[in-house]
Amino acid sequence: MTSRTETAPSSSGGDPDPGVTASGPGSSSRLLSAGALESVRRNLGLVVVLLVLYGIGAFSRPDIFLHLDRFWSNELTVLTLASSIGVVAIGMTFVIVSGGIDLSVGALLALASVWSTTVATQSYGTTVMITTALLVGTAAGVVNGLLIAYGRLAPFIATLAMMVAARGLAQKISGKSTQVVQGGGIPDIATTKIVGVPLLVLLFLAVAGAGWFLLNRMTFGRRAAAIGGNLEAARLAGISIRRTQVLLYALSGLCCGIAAVMVTAQSNAGSSDHGNLYELQAIAAVIIGGTVLSGGRGTIVGTVLGVLVLTSITNLFIVNNLPIEYQLIAQGVIIVAAVLIQQVPSDALRRRPRRPGTVPVLSQENS
Amino acid sequence: MKTSRPLGNIVSRRAVLLGGGAVAATTALSACTSNTKPEAVDATTSASTAPAKAGKPVRIAFSGPVADHGFVAAVNSFAKQQASTYPDVTFTVLEAAADAPAQIAAVQTAIADKPDALIIFPQDGDQLTAVGKQAVAAGIPVVNLDRAFNDQSAYRLFLAGDNYKVGFNAGTYIGQKLKGKSDAVIGEITGIQTLQLTQERSKGFADALAANGLAVTRQVNADFTVQSGQTAMANLLAAASRLDAVFNHDDDQNIGSEAAAAQAGRTEFFIVGTACSNIMLKHIKEGDARIEADITFTPAISGTAVTMARLLAQGQLPADFAGLPVPSYMLIDSELVTKDNVDQYMKFGWD
Repeated sequence: MTSRTETAPSSSGGDPDPGVTASGPGSSSRLLSAGALESVRRNLGLVVVLLVLYGIGAFSRPDIFLHLDRFWSNELTVLTLASSIGVVAIGMTFVIVSGGIDLSVGALLALASVWSTTVATQSYGTTVMITTALLVGTAAGVVNGLLIAYGRLAPFIATLAMMVAARGLAQKISGKSTQVVQGGGIPDIATTKIVGVPLLVLLFLAVAGAGWFLLNRMTFGRRAAAIGGNLEAARLAGISIRRTQVLLYALSGLCCGIAAVMVTAQSNAGSSDHGNLYELQAIAAVIIGGTVLSGGRGTIVGTVLGVLVLTSITNLFIVNNLPIEYQLIAQGVIIVAAVLIQQVPSDALRRRPRRPGTVPVLSQENS
Repeated sequence: MKTSRPLGNIVSRRAVLLGGGAVAATTALSACTSNTKPEAVDATTSASTAPAKAGKPVRIAFSGPVADHGFVAAVNSFAKQQASTYPDVTFTVLEAAADAPAQIAAVQTAIADKPDALIIFPQDGDQLTAVGKQAVAAGIPVVNLDRAFNDQSAYRLFLAGDNYKVGFNAGTYIGQKLKGKSDAVIGEITGIQTLQLTQERSKGFADALAANGLAVTRQVNADFTVQSGQTAMANLLAAASRLDAVFNHDDDQNIGSEAAAAQAGRTEFFIVGTACSNIMLKHIKEGDARIEADITFTPAISGTAVTMARLLAQGQLPADFAGLPVPSYMLIDSELVTKDNVDQYMKFGWD
């Protein structure tokens, strides 16, 4: 139907910048590779941040960071703790790339975890519990999407309403008490390891891989970026904005459902308190990852690195036995530093306008 | 909405299908929200204190916040339970207040009704102080439960659990088990650290450890939720290759902490929990988890509040109290629960 406008991305290599292709059929492959380069550069910046964190670790706790076995086991802990927020952040990347925002992710995670661990749901067994979590997350995401696409609500408002309502519904269903999972099925997910790597980490990587493919190699991802890059141009290019929006928020909801299963497995319980402040953490991870908050451009690899940076900070502080107050201050500083480090090397590239060809000179003047 | 767009039909049909699917799925799922548990809930009534001498009939009103946590819900139900054991008490539970202003309004209405005693479990102690004073001024004895008013003239009796003793008893238990072990690695998973109750628990814990020549090795922050308990324990285990004991400030948190320890396959340490939830008492009884001891911080203090309110309303003196009146300030001791005495505490458990 509309795919003819979006065949361009397959010609690019690396981690292309979707925003450039997004602006429509006219974009040239030369600019595409520049975008891809910038993404690689940004991600390298994040790798540097991670290496700095490891360097601090190696200095302060050499017994962990310079001892291969313990370092590996500590990193697996970090990756495992990053897995659920990481899956949520992948869904969030799509929403933000499309120019939207999803504030309801934490609440949807809580709702899905509670719904899938009620006495009634548990009586049907593990498969039904997992299905329930995925369905609840997706269904709530669809509601978000419908409100935004057809109700013409701003994404901020629609998902803010969902955030409050879903948390309330989760409290209502659970009666505000913690619903412990009886029996093995779900908790086994958190203890299973495949070739020494926790299943949760593999799940996270699988979701990230699927997300990368969907964003960079499928028309759906190109459409999302097109909508975020220039809504009007995307509409004129024949992209069905509404359908894409509904699917985007459904995807974010699905990610919350997956994350709900992961958190339930990790904590052995469903609770209306799960996913507390996940919306902020996920948005922070996505932004640290180099995705533009106004939409049109973003990378999955960056988001994965962003999540790892955030989780590594917490881990580094606990490993060094530092009080929470310093941790909070440092978190703020490191978030800013991570974004700054990505920007420093080539300011001119960063200021490159999102719609190449229209105002190419501006970037020179501003930098 | 415009309908003349060329793709409008296709779009809306798909959207309707999608939306319809979502509605259908939600309907199917709603069958899954039942949370009725098979076992009976009220096994506690029989455990109440010895039958009281019947006095003059009195009316006691109870005002509490909306139960946003299992603990608060349990406070409400323990109060009702205790009141039901007194034939001479007419017990009224005011509509639960969503916020402090709503609770103020509810209490003011109750004051106008002139009950013989009033129990206030404030949403926020500071904000409810004024209305406590109003009640006292109207000649109604006020029992202030759990969250303190900021002015003593606003209550006849303040009654709460002892947070310092929570930490102190946990520290004493751990201290005695690890005494003389100079390299002992002791972890503490706190609740929200900005709360006074968390600070009191931490202080009590540190004091008791110090008395045994020990100290907290690693303190990790959590926020009373299951998930935060999981994260805190996972990081704690990564930071310390060996642990001897962990004091966890909350039993809900400990559900997550136990799970994290199981996932890491670590068994070399034991845990002391806080507040005696049913699930942790069960673990202690069966010895099938790392939790070895728990400290009471029981919602059943609301039952004591009813008992005291009744005495105040009837103008009676407490029995076995050397002829002195109901105190004006009471902290209910927080007790150590281990496998040896867990049976007698099962009745105070909560979900």
